Amino acid sequence: MSAPSTPLSVNALEVHDLTVSYRDKVALQDVDLAIPEGKRAAIIGPNGAGKSTLLKAVLGLVPTVAGSVHIYGKPYAQQRHLVGYVPQRSSVDWDFPTTALDVVLMGTYRRLGWFRRPGEAERALALQCLAQVGMDDLADRQIGRLSGGQQQRVFLARALAQDARIYLLDEPFAGVDAVTEQAMLDVLRALAQRGKTIICVHHDLDSAPQYFDWVALLNVRLIASGPLATTFTADNLRRTFGGSMQAAIEHFRHFEEESARG
Amino acid sequence: MSILDLFADYTARNVALGSGLLGVVSGALGCFAVLRRQGLLGDVLAHAALPGICLAYLITASKSSLVLLLGAAVAGWLAAFMLLQIVQHIRLAEDSALGVVLSTFFALGITLLTFMTKRGDAQQAGLDSFLFGQAAALIEEQLVTMAILAGLALSASALLYKEFKLLTFDPVFAASVGLPTQALSVLLTSLIVVAVIIGLQTVGVVLMAAMLVGPAVAARQWTERLEVMIALAALFGAAAGLTGALISLSDTNIPTGPVTILSLTVIVICSLLFAPSRGLLWLRCRRR
Repeated sequence: MSAPSTPLSVNALEVHDLTVSYRDKVALQDVDLAIPEGKRAAIIGPNGAGKSTLLKAVLGLVPTVAGSVHIYGKPYAQQRHLVGYVPQRSSVDWDFPTTALDVVLMGTYRRLGWFRRPGEAERALALQCLAQVGMDDLADRQIGRLSGGQQQRVFLARALAQDARIYLLDEPFAGVDAVTEQAMLDVLRALAQRGKTIICVHHDLDSAPQYFDWVALLNVRLIASGPLATTFTADNLRRTFGGSMQAAIEHFRHFEEESARG
Repeated sequence: MSILDLFADYTARNVALGSGLLGVVSGALGCFAVLRRQGLLGDVLAHAALPGICLAYLITASKSSLVLLLGAAVAGWLAAFMLLQIVQHIRLAEDSALGVVLSTFFALGITLLTFMTKRGDAQQAGLDSFLFGQAAALIEEQLVTMAILAGLALSASALLYKEFKLLTFDPVFAASVGLPTQALSVLLTSLIVVAVIIGLQTVGVVLMAAMLVGPAVAARQWTERLEVMIALAALFGAAAGLTGALISLSDTNIPTGPVTILSLTVIVICSLLFAPSRGLLWLRCRRR
């Protein structure tokens, strides 16, 4: 792709007036969100704020009541090949009889299309993706015999095998070890440097400023979104977390002290 | 009777082929059912087949296995559909819904069967053998029908192996890459219906579910790969089917279903106890 021909501020993801409800409960209301290409964006909000629902709505996995989602200007159904997805680790049964490499190969299934099985080229790509997350030596291990962090890295490697331009990740840092955290941060930074866009549901306010450069604060409605420096403020956090305001403020103070120190 | 005699004798050959075939198909498809935590679905489909068979006979007065099995398939499919509707639209846990649908269909089936037995129909059409299976009554026409159905089910699952695997392991990711997960689920369930109706003549509606669950559970103990698990399950299913047929042929008073399932149980228990790394004994020894 020739860089000069692309305008400077392309929006990788644009969400307009999105409303989603489960039975009678509104999960997302009138969400407007635009995330520029090449950002590492965090979706932050309290439990039940609709963070995972937002990702699922973008992926067309939950029915929307109203609104639209565009990936590089077109609906998701036309742009599947541009999107990689890392679901929550708890969403699958890790006792499934399969290996780490085999799970990463699933990232190539869409490109392969119906009926075709992965061949040597796909196998090589999958191994390379496992190497990027530091797990090529565990390629043949059954996935239930991996640690939680290693399982999370297998999921990230599968998304890498999708060879996408936008990566949607659902709480990838939840409950992982330090090695995994560092490995995933390195991968996400490298992706962003290559112009890929990272959109990540994140629950930890402490680490958010180190991991991300863009935030969307969500609590059923979108509270604020924009560059981390101007959006991740005490006032915005208070408006996002409402009842659990005190906790949010303390997190924020902690962050300010840290950044003051250097 | 030895295995060689089995293939020399016409009836015995039919029985052996039929039971073996059933074992292969239900073993292979049962893996997907078990991994999708739908082991009980097979039970519902099998029990639901009984009223289907009875109604098919009452309506057409045909003894043709194709007609009867078609009735079974329609009823099984209808039961699966009702199950889905109940779970989606009524706040009822899936296991309760399974219980309700299973007993309703089976009660209807038994009522029809009793009514037809009184008229003398059931005996004549051999309908009562569908309850616990009577492999000795298997004729070539039925065997051909079974073989065609088995061929269709196995080729469909071989062709869509990659898609079924992804659907089973991670349905959310499967949907995100554009697989029509709903349609694939319906297809997979339909293939399980096919496996069930193949087994109706030899194992019977009451015990058929065990032929889906047993081989898969045993096979899972020995391997960490889905391909190997499916192959092993097919092998275990065929072995149990053949053993059951062999025993039941030696004394025609023994229905095939129960002896088949008992043979299968031996395989399952051995696998649960002795399989390396997952077996109970292995785990005990390692803990010491």
